[in-house]
Amino acid sequence: MLDSKIPAGTLEDKWTDYKGHCKLVNPANKRKLEIIIVGTGLAGASAAAALGELGYKVKAFCFQDSPRRAHSIAAQGGINAAKNYQNDGDSVFRLFYDTVKGGDYRAREGNVHRLAEVSVNIIDQCVAQGVPFAREYGGLLNNRSFGGTQVKRTFYAAGQTGQQLLIGAYQALERQVALGNVQMYNRHEMLDIVMVDDKARGIICRNLVNGELERHFGHAVLLCTGGYGNVFYLSTNAMGSNVTAAWKAHKKGAFFGNPCFTQIHPTCIPVSGDHQSKLTLMSESLRNDGRIWVPKKQGDTRKPNDIPEEERDYYLERRYPAFGNLVPRDVASRAAKERCDAGYGVGTTKQAVYLDFKYNLINKYGKTEAGKLGIENPDLETLVRLGKEVVKEEYGNLFDMYEKITGENPYEVPMRIYPAVHYTMGGLWVDYELMTNVKGLYCLGEANFSDHGANRLGASALMQGLADGYFVIPYTIGNYLADEIATKPIPTSHEAFEQTEKAVRDRINTLMNIKGKQTVESFHKRLGKIMWEKCGMARHAAGLQEAISEIQALKKEFWSDLRIPGSINEMNPELDKAGRVADFIELGELMCKDALARNESCGGHFREESQTEEGEAKRNDEQYAYVAAWEFKGESNWELHKEVLNFEIAKPTQRSYK
Amino acid sequence: MEQYMMNLTLKVWRQKNSADRGGFETYPVKNISSEMSFLEMIDVLNEELIIQGKDPIAFDHDCREGICGMCSMYINGRPHGPWQANTVCQLHMRAYQNGDTIVVEPWRANAFPVIKDLVVDRSAFDRIIQAGGYISVNTGNAVDANAVPVEKDKADAAFAAASCIGCGACVAACKNSSALLFVSAKVSHLALLPQGGPERKTRALNMVAQMDKEGFGSCTNTGACEAVCPKEISIENIARLNREYMMAGAASAK
Repeated sequence: MLDSKIPAGTLEDKWTDYKGHCKLVNPANKRKLEIIIVGTGLAGASAAAALGELGYKVKAFCFQDSPRRAHSIAAQGGINAAKNYQNDGDSVFRLFYDTVKGGDYRAREGNVHRLAEVSVNIIDQCVAQGVPFAREYGGLLNNRSFGGTQVKRTFYAAGQTGQQLLIGAYQALERQVALGNVQMYNRHEMLDIVMVDDKARGIICRNLVNGELERHFGHAVLLCTGGYGNVFYLSTNAMGSNVTAAWKAHKKGAFFGNPCFTQIHPTCIPVSGDHQSKLTLMSESLRNDGRIWVPKKQGDTRKPNDIPEEERDYYLERRYPAFGNLVPRDVASRAAKERCDAGYGVGTTKQAVYLDFKYNLINKYGKTEAGKLGIENPDLETLVRLGKEVVKEEYGNLFDMYEKITGENPYEVPMRIYPAVHYTMGGLWVDYELMTNVKGLYCLGEANFSDHGANRLGASALMQGLADGYFVIPYTIGNYLADEIATKPIPTSHEAFEQTEKAVRDRINTLMNIKGKQTVESFHKRLGKIMWEKCGMARHAAGLQEAISEIQALKKEFWSDLRIPGSINEMNPELDKAGRVADFIELGELMCKDALARNESCGGHFREESQTEEGEAKRNDEQYAYVAAWEFKGESNWELHKEVLNFEIAKPTQRSYK
Repeated sequence: MEQYMMNLTLKVWRQKNSADRGGFETYPVKNISSEMSFLEMIDVLNEELIIQGKDPIAFDHDCREGICGMCSMYINGRPHGPWQANTVCQLHMRAYQNGDTIVVEPWRANAFPVIKDLVVDRSAFDRIIQAGGYISVNTGNAVDANAVPVEKDKADAAFAAASCIGCGACVAACKNSSALLFVSAKVSHLALLPQGGPERKTRALNMVAQMDKEGFGSCTNTGACEAVCPKEISIENIARLNREYMMAGAASAK
C-alpha cells in the first residue's frame, strides 16, 4: 500500500535516471496549471520561485505579514554541501553516508543520496542570487565544520545563514510576484484541504486581518509549513510555527511519518522562569570553538572562572574522544541531561552546563593571530584581545544575543546552555516525488518526514528545504501535472469547496462558543509540560501511557473550558492560536503513541528500555527498521502502516563517536 | 545578574481597526521579573485582560530572537525601546525599574497604516523589493559558486547591508517617514557584489520610484534611522544609494 516510488538502478544513478524519464509539461500547458503553496520559508519560497520561473500559475500563502519572516530566517550556523572546496576528502557519497548514519539509519537511502547530489547546486544558485556567504581573503568561499562530521563542508554567513538564504529565496519569490507568475497572500492561514474525486484540489484559508474565509483552487497543493516543535510549548521555533496545515492534511488522509522523532538541540539558553515564552538557540557551530564542561564536584556553587582547570569535567571529550564536542546533537543533548540529572548542573536552576570559549579564544585564535602579526611570546592579554576579534567575526551576533537575554558577557564568562526542542524530523509521509499518499498533495522541507531519519545533522535543514524547493519539486510535480493538462480549473462554487468551508466555519464557531474560563496559552503550557516530561529527551512505556491519558483529558477540558476573547470577523490572534493549540493537542497524543510503539532507541528517540550498558541509545534493526506512517481513523484512533527501510549501501552499524 | 521584581504602568495605543480613531489606555502591571522579555511582559498583561473579559493587545511578533523583523513597538518615543542595536523582542525588563511608566505605540507612518492596536501593514516593503530588490537569475542557471571570486571587504560590506531585517524601525524613527535606509541597504547589498552588476542601474531607479509611490518621505540626513536600527545598518548605505541613483540617472537614456 505504501509505495515510496524509489527509482530502480544503482544509488548514484537513481535521480539522474528519474530526471531523464519523468514526464514533462510543455510551456504552453504550464500556464494553464495552478499550484497552491502553503508556507513561504526556505522550502515554500524556493518552490514558489522555481515553479513561477517555469511558468506555472502559483498562489503562495503565509500567516506572517511577509514571506521574509518565515522561521527559516532564524537558522544560524550554516548549510552543508558536498563541494569539497577544502580538499579534505568530502564527496557526495560522504555527505550521503554521514546523513544516513547521523539519522541513525531511519532515513531512505534514495532520498538522502539525491539530497547530497543537489547540495552542490544549491550553493551555486544562492551565490548567483547574491547570498553573501563568508569568504576567504582570496575571494573564494569559506567553510566551517559542524557537529556529527569530520570534514569542513558547511557554508555560512556569520551566525545568520538562514536569514541570508531566506532573503535570497524571498527575493526570487518577490521577483516572480512582480512578473505576475506568483500571487502572494500574506496574513493568511490555511485551515483545510479541499478534496475532489480523491485528489487535493484546493484550500480553505482564513484572512487573519478581517477573519474572512477564502476558497482557492489548485491543480496541486504543496505544504511547506515547517515543523511542529511548538507542541512542546517551549522550543526554539517562532511563536507562530504550528502543525495546523499538516494536521488538516493528515485528517484528510495523508499519513503522518515518524511523529515522535524530535530533535532536542544541545546548545540553547536555559529556561529562566515560568514566564518563559520561547527558548533561544545558540548555534551548534559554537561547539567548534566552545568546550562543554561541568564541575567535577556535585552542587559546586563557585563561579565558573573560579573553578580551576583540573576540577572541570569536559564530559563530551572524556566520553567521546574521537568527536569530542562535535558529537551529533542527540548524543550531546542526552549527555548534558545525564550530568544535570546526576547533580552536576550549574546556574540557578541547576539545569545547565557551561559552553566555554576561553581555551580556543586564546590558544586557537589568539595564537594564530599573534603568529600572523609576528608577535613573539605574546602575553595573555594580547592573546585574549586578538582572539576576541576573530571570535567576534565568526559569532558576534550570537554572543550579543546571549548577552541581551542573560545579561552576561560570554567573552568573559562561559555561556550556560541546556538542550531544547529545536526540529522535528517527523512529518507528513511522502514518496520519492515528495507527494503524500493523497494524490496532488505534496509536502516539502521540515514539514515532511523524509531525509533526516531519527536525527538531523547540523546544517542539513537549510539544505533540505532548498533542495526540495529549488531542485526536486520542479521535476517531480511535472510527472503528476503532465496528466492534469486537460483538467479545467474547478470553480470554487463546487460543492467540495462549499462543504469544506462549512466545516471550517463550524469549527471556528464551536471554538468561539465554548466561552469557558481558561486561556489558550494556559492549555498550551500544560500540553508542553506533559510532552517535555514524558515524551521529551528520554521516554519510557509507563510515562508515555500516562501522557496519552493526560492529553486526552486535557483535550476534553480544552473543548469545554476555553476562553477566546473578541469576535470572528476581525484580527483575533487568540482565535488563531486556539485553532493551532487544538491541533497540537491531537498531535501530542499521536507522538506519544508513536514513541510507545517504537520500543527501541534511535537518534533523537531515546527509550529508556533500550540502551547499552554505557547508557548509549540501542537500536533494534530487526524489528524497527521501518518508517512508521500513521493513518488517521477517527478521534484518538490511528492505524500504523510500515514502510520497511532497505540499506543497500550504508549498512547499519551501531553509531559510535568514541 | 540579580533578578528583581517590579510594578509598572503601561500606556498602550489601542485601535480596533484601520478605520477606528484609536487612543491610549492605561494598564497597571504587577510582579514583573527583570528576567522577562518585554514581549513576555505584554503576554502577562494580555493573559490578565483575557481573564477580565477584555480584548488583549494585538501586536506583531514571531521569532522572538531578533531576526525575523516582525516585532514593532515604539516605546517611550523610540522604536524597539531603549537598548542599542536591539529589537523589542530582545529587550528585557532589566532595562526598567519599579514604578516606571512605559508608553507603547505602533510604528507611525502613512505608508504603514495601523491594522489593529500595535500591528501595522508593512507590505509596502515587499512591493519595493518587487520593484528590483533581487538578482534576476532563474533556478538552474548558476555557474560554480567559486567561479567568481569576491573581494572579502566587499563581501563583508554586502553582508553587513544584507543583515537588514525589514522591520521598519528606520521609517518609524524618521521625522519624514523616509524608507531610504531600508532601500539603500538592499541596493548596497546587491551593488557591492559582482553578481548584482548587470541590473545595478535599473534596480536603484526602480526601487526609489516605488518607495516614492508608496508615500514614504524624503531623506534629510538626520541619521535617526541609523541610531535605532536593530542591525546597525550604516547610513553610508544611503550615500552609496545616492551615488548609484545619480550614476544610473545620468546614464539612463530611457
